[in-house]
Amino acid sequence: MKMVMGYIAGLLFGLGLAISGMTDPARVLGFLDIAGAWDPTLMFVLGGAVVTSFIGYRLVFKRSGPLFGERFQLPTKKDLDAKLLGGAALFGIGWGLSGYCPGPAIASVSGLTIPLAAMLIAMVVGWFAARIVTR
Amino acid sequence: MDWTASLQGLVGGVLIGLSAVWLMGTMGRIAGISGIVGNLITQRPKGDSAWRVTFVLGLISGPLLLMVLGGGFGNVANAPGAVIGEPAGGVVLMLVAGLLVGLGTGLGSGCTSGHGVCGIARLSTRSIAATVMFLITAIITVYVVRHVIGGGA
Repeated sequence: MKMVMGYIAGLLFGLGLAISGMTDPARVLGFLDIAGAWDPTLMFVLGGAVVTSFIGYRLVFKRSGPLFGERFQLPTKKDLDAKLLGGAALFGIGWGLSGYCPGPAIASVSGLTIPLAAMLIAMVVGWFAARIVTR
Repeated sequence: MDWTASLQGLVGGVLIGLSAVWLMGTMGRIAGISGIVGNLITQRPKGDSAWRVTFVLGLISGPLLLMVLGGGFGNVANAPGAVIGEPAGGVVLMLVAGLLVGLGTGLGSGCTSGHGVCGIARLSTRSIAATVMFLITAIITVYVVRHVIGGGA
């Protein structure tokens, strides 16, 4: 059952990214380019997603736990450490260079290009590197 | 302003939000792509991997479904109706960017979805700080690439 639930969540996410245009790096970079021809699309995507999850989470958290799991698994850390902020800063540079964050990069594999393949491989290398650094 | 593009953004955003709510309600999990996929690849957690695999399959089949159905539901900036846009650069740029995205989301425990959507929806201080940080460095990066190096292209 978890596999079915996971698939539905992924499908909704992938449809959302595609319909919103986030599978187009030009849209993402257009949003980040505040000094150029600014593209507000990403603001609407983030706004729609945050408001929907804000309301939905509150409804979900009224239950004692998830339908197919033991408990809600939420991050417990509270401190703003160098790892969080440094990591986020590095991620932003990569995002700004490519216009891809992990979701759209993976969701775009059906339109795979050599540069996208390079990005995905390097991203996996980066994930392994982060694990080694934090070990 | 292109209202159709904005409206599609809003509709897509709501779908992403529904995905996050669905995953929390059914599985008790944060819908963070870098966490779901990164942990799957680097750790292959026993008994906790299968749903991550099907999530990725769903993530990929979303855009694929739109392409198969046709009807121009995509929102690519310079190709109306297309679903998947072209990469913004060549292999070298993408290798550098991919490395930074992987390392950064690994160290920072999340990306646009985990921090930017789910974390902000939970009003997590860490996620709000991370989101502000990656937005700032991304905006600076685009500014440098397009207006300092690129000369305003």
